[in-house]
Amino acid sequence: MSIAFKNETFRDDFTFRNSPAAVRRFPFPFAEDTYAYSVNIEPHTPGAAGSAFEFAFDIDEHYVAECEDRRVTLSLDPERYVALPHMMDAQWDFLELVFDSLARDYPQHFGLRKDGARWTWINRPLGIQDTFTFGDSTTLAREPFDYAARQAQGDFVLLDQRDGDLWADAGMVTSQADWSLAFDAGMSFKQWHGPVPMAHEIGVFDRALKYLLALRQGQPVRRLNWTMTVNPRLDTSPESYPLWGPDRTLVTTENAGRLVHLRVELQALFRLPRSNGILFSIRCYLASLDDIAKYPRWSKRLLRVLQSLPPQLVEYKGLVRYRDAVMSWLSRYEDGQPIGRGTHPE
Amino acid sequence: MSASISVRVGAISEVVPGIKEFSLSRPDGAPLPSYSGGSHVLVTLPGASRAHRNSYSLMGDPSRTDAYRIAVRRHAGSRGGSRVLHEQVEVGTPLTISHPLNLFPIARLGRKHILVAGGIGVTPIIAQAHDLARRGADFEVHYAFRAPDQAAYADVLRDLAGTRLHRYCTASGERIDFRGMLADQPIGTHLYVCGPVNFIDAARSAARAHRWPSSHIHSEQFLSPPVGSAFEVHLARSGRRIAVAPDISLLEAIEQAGVAAPQSCRGGACGQCETEVMEADGQIAHHDVYLSEADKAAGRKIMLCVSRLQGRRLVLNL
Repeated sequence: MSIAFKNETFRDDFTFRNSPAAVRRFPFPFAEDTYAYSVNIEPHTPGAAGSAFEFAFDIDEHYVAECEDRRVTLSLDPERYVALPHMMDAQWDFLELVFDSLARDYPQHFGLRKDGARWTWINRPLGIQDTFTFGDSTTLAREPFDYAARQAQGDFVLLDQRDGDLWADAGMVTSQADWSLAFDAGMSFKQWHGPVPMAHEIGVFDRALKYLLALRQGQPVRRLNWTMTVNPRLDTSPESYPLWGPDRTLVTTENAGRLVHLRVELQALFRLPRSNGILFSIRCYLASLDDIAKYPRWSKRLLRVLQSLPPQLVEYKGLVRYRDAVMSWLSRYEDGQPIGRGTHPE
Repeated sequence: MSASISVRVGAISEVVPGIKEFSLSRPDGAPLPSYSGGSHVLVTLPGASRAHRNSYSLMGDPSRTDAYRIAVRRHAGSRGGSRVLHEQVEVGTPLTISHPLNLFPIARLGRKHILVAGGIGVTPIIAQAHDLARRGADFEVHYAFRAPDQAAYADVLRDLAGTRLHRYCTASGERIDFRGMLADQPIGTHLYVCGPVNFIDAARSAARAHRWPSSHIHSEQFLSPPVGSAFEVHLARSGRRIAVAPDISLLEAIEQAGVAAPQSCRGGACGQCETEVMEADGQIAHHDVYLSEADKAAGRKIMLCVSRLQGRRLVLNL
């Protein structure tokens, strides 16, 4: 089936909108009425056809517009791409994994022909066709990770494994929830998770790190993370805070449905073959409260989660200024009835 | 993506007396995943009474994806793994392997790399040497073997390392002088050792004596679960009582009872099967290389894959 890619923006006039089908496949993250930290990692195995979990790398109607938004962000701030010199094997591992996956899972949109090490990559939505020699960076216009990540939906960090730890030694990050690649580059697993409240104390990162150090090829894992964003803006980085920080003062009970978006990250981790590194992929999904409200299960659930969220998490996720307005907006859907376990809509 | 890979034994050769090499390919000839030097796969072998599952290092050139190669020494006291491979596995035998995992990787920021192999421990060293040669890295190889007819793959290492290969024949009285070898190495040098326990211990203690940082000392060893005496394990969370026979590992007994326990390498190295001990009426015989000496002495943790109880009753938080 062919995807109809939308022409839309994630800045300035914010013309981003989800189609009804995109809302229905939105990876809603709350299976219960309360949210707590846990090592919520599960195998990244193929999910239901049409779902965000069907393939290793999900491509949806926003793909072309997200690639364009990324191009704009990179042109304004080239430091959103970092790759330390020892990551070249991991760069090629990334290109191979992403191009193999896209060509296999979306053959109507992407193609990859291999004649030994001579590869031809075809990206129809972006109008790209290039032939290059796998492993030889001089045959591409950019470094392989830079080249491939600009054509993939979502953010990507390449982790080097050494000294019993994982190090964020390369990344292309343009749609992040208020963290800085330039700041985190070269940091260890626990260093870049330093700002997360509460989770260190309960040992979440010790257990997660131990699990990831023994992550096998062919057995990727995933988790969902979430926050909220005012306006459908992909680039909510610390570097661009002056552009989006003040938006949080604009939210009222009247406009919350249109302005406030639930922002869900489908995060996946893949062991890379040649480099023994790990790819950390962060695929961002945005749904306005108006979108969420199409399904009473979701609106009630989101309200209950926000009501019971510990103050440290309200602060960490940057919700202090407008959580009350959001809860007030959502409260019209609360009927006091229990919601069965699960993230599915009606 | 499937968790395991079906392969067929393509060729078997006796490299030197007592060591056989097996090449493994997909039945349809499709390429296997590429891997990094130092990786291993978990091989499931058919057995008369039960399947054997052992980890073996991938040797050869990691960029070759048409076939994986493993080399196995026949162990006299083997519970089954190496005996099955040597006696029962033939060309064409179907086997199941896991995807590769690397618990013995090359440190990418290392400025110089010293690879040291003892006996059959040469297998991961070969793949590491391939990787280092491909990257044009500064490395040297030290290879100790029992007798001239036991120098498996010395020719491969010579092709990769040239004059940077140093050979030591134990029968001729040659020994690796670890203290001397490590005394005068530049800052940023990493040491990688694979071989028998005593061999690894000698290398590690020499490196420590020269105040090498522990992050620059790497070793790998997969252990077979030793045969012990029978005992009973109680699983506190699932409320199960399971008898562990002398020639079955704790992990195998738990799995045979239908309880899924965390596990990966099954050789005491990766740490995934670490389990909390709630009660034990005897000493825990720790056989792994994962837990610290302090953890082993405290007796509150056990690695299910290779360690056992010397006693009658063990209670686990599982």
